[in-house]
Amino acid sequence: MKIAVCVSHVPDTATKIKINSEGKSIDPIGVTFVVNPYDEYAIEEALKTKEKFGGEVFAISVGGEANKETIRKALAMGADNGILLKDNNERDSFAVAKALAEEIKLIGCELVFMGKQSVDYDNSITGQLTAEMLGYSCITTVVDLEIDNQKVIAEREIEGGREVVESELPVVITAQKGLNEPRYASLKGIMAAKKKVIEEKPAFSVENVSEIIKMYSPPAKNPGRILGTDSSAVPELVRLLREEAKVI
Amino acid sequence: MQKFVGVDYFNIESLLSEDEKMIRDSVRDFVSAEIIPIIEKYNRDGQFPHQLIEKMADLGLFGVTLPQEYSCAELNNVAYGLIMQELERGDSGVRSFVSVQSSLVMYPIYAFGSEEQKDYWLPLLAQGRRIGCFGLTEPDFGSNPSGMITKAQKVQDGYTLNGAKMWITNGTIADVAVVWAKLNGVVTGFLVEKGMNGFTAPEMKGKLSLRASVTSELIFDNVFIPEKNLLPKTEGLKNALMCLNQARYGIAWGVVGSMMACYDAALNYAKSRIQFGKPIASFQMTQEKLVLMLTEITKSQLLNLQLGRMKDNGTLKHYHVSLAKRNNCDKASEIAILAREILGANGILDEYPVMRHLANLESVKTYEGTHEMHTLIIGEDITGISAFE
Ligand SMILES: Cc1cc2nc3c(=O)[nH]c(=O)nc-3n(C[C@H](O)[C@H](O)[C@H](O)COP(=O)(O)OP(=O)(O)OC[C@H]3O[C@@H](n4cnc5c(N)ncnc54)[C@H](O)[C@@H]3O)c2cc1C
Repeated sequence: MKIAVCVSHVPDTATKIKINSEGKSIDPIGVTFVVNPYDEYAIEEALKTKEKFGGEVFAISVGGEANKETIRKALAMGADNGILLKDNNERDSFAVAKALAEEIKLIGCELVFMGKQSVDYDNSITGQLTAEMLGYSCITTVVDLEIDNQKVIAEREIEGGREVVESELPVVITAQKGLNEPRYASLKGIMAAKKKVIEEKPAFSVENVSEIIKMYSPPAKNPGRILGTDSSAVPELVRLLREEAKVI
Repeated sequence: MQKFVGVDYFNIESLLSEDEKMIRDSVRDFVSAEIIPIIEKYNRDGQFPHQLIEKMADLGLFGVTLPQEYSCAELNNVAYGLIMQELERGDSGVRSFVSVQSSLVMYPIYAFGSEEQKDYWLPLLAQGRRIGCFGLTEPDFGSNPSGMITKAQKVQDGYTLNGAKMWITNGTIADVAVVWAKLNGVVTGFLVEKGMNGFTAPEMKGKLSLRASVTSELIFDNVFIPEKNLLPKTEGLKNALMCLNQARYGIAWGVVGSMMACYDAALNYAKSRIQFGKPIASFQMTQEKLVLMLTEITKSQLLNLQLGRMKDNGTLKHYHVSLAKRNNCDKASEIAILAREILGANGILDEYPVMRHLANLESVKTYEGTHEMHTLIIGEDITGISAFE
């Protein structure tokens, strides 16, 4: 089975984000980039599926040269092939999905894993768009997955609970935290990944359908206040919560 | 807790290769997720966290510089050093486990063992399916191992071993002990296996340092060692010292992990602890302590990197390793003490990692050659006069 896992290269959530002066993009200087955390579940599931049924895992990323770092991590975890669909310009989710769909069609993957969302723009839509463009089914926010021949049974997280759905290959699965425990890239895996070549090609050319007009930071939070460190502070705390914060 | 992002004031990162960085990051994530959350409990209980062995083996942490044919990762020495650094940010005891398995057990089997010994032991040790220990120190011979009294005698088809070793990391849990004993007056290495008649390895109790590591005595009472368990390429104390040199190299890197853990804890604490209406980080004396810490960390990092590059290009000498081990252990202790001060009373609690590192570093400073012995090794090199032989 040919399995695709789509990986995005995102700012580490622990780093402080600065917005460029023109107010439409972030300043990447000093920002550490990592594999999108939800994509790590997608990679793990792709590898587990391959280990069970055999096949090949293709780690695909759309973006600039720097995305190779994320592809390399997927290779170190055990993906067989890495593909960079190169575009140095910002793409919206639609344009990213289009590039992915074209490549997945070309390789002929019938199973596609992605994170449920990318923690940079949080659009939570690339998986669905890609599935639609490919004419595949799509199951999102998956926390448990079983594949049996052509049949796919997935447990999804929904508001306040879970649901189990059934579908058929080909399918796009978007991974939610809890789907599995992503493995660490082992030292041997890292050394082996060094020998794998990352195939690089221009991303399928397509116009964005949306445009960023403005980007800004949330207003600074007021500093906290310490009212005391023992029980004598409780009455004052209750009073402030009631009268000032008006939350109780 | 905030994610640990390392301490790198001089962009030393830019001197590392892509795979060195990836390896470090993978081990760093492992330490943050698997060691730091559990280690205080094991340290408090005086237990080694056994469940880590399989996980560390899966990651490939044992014998990392040895060839792939033995199931090892075949990394360079800088990568090995970075791994030790990350592990020791977790705990010196866990790092000691890996140091012993890699540098003091797998290395001598690789360097001085027969083909059969290598083929049998190395993959098992790499996969964590067997644990090893290294027995050199004796109750009456620590800094002066050449005086050892443990003795092997030639008998038919093998040797009989008599004597005792002390302070042996992993001793009680080891499947195989690399034991140094005098055979016709020449220090020779033997592989002593768990369960051999007359061999016992009781655990030493009451340690107030390196509590998450097993330390044991090894007692040999007429133990029969088959011929095939002699390490054929050992021909004197120098072979044991070659092992120590590997391990000391790892320690020089390892303690930078302790330094970073203590500095990180102290810096975060100083910024959030309010006294006299201000964060204690705003006081000049606190800043001076933090600056001293950062300075020593940066110096040690640069020292280590060059040490590693020299080891990789074959120009490293034992006295270089002594200088780095001596300096870095000493500075790590100093940093741990300063961090403890910055944390005030909280500094003595095991809610913070500082006191554990402080206590651990007392062992780390002592084993693999004390601070004084390394001083004398370097002193001998620069003056041409030995002060200890
Ligand atoms: C937790 C722990 C784990 C260990 N693990 C192992 C292990 O796995 N395998 C192993 O073989 N050993 C191990 N050791 C033993 C360690 O290597 C020895 O403790 C060390 O070599 C020092 O020996 P000693 O304790 O007998 O001290 P001594 O040699 O008695 O030294 C006592 C003091 O005298 C000083 N001194 C001695 N000689 C001189 C001199 N000529 N000039 C100036 N000062 C001198 C020393 O520096 C030290 O300060 C371990 C020790 C500890 C604490």
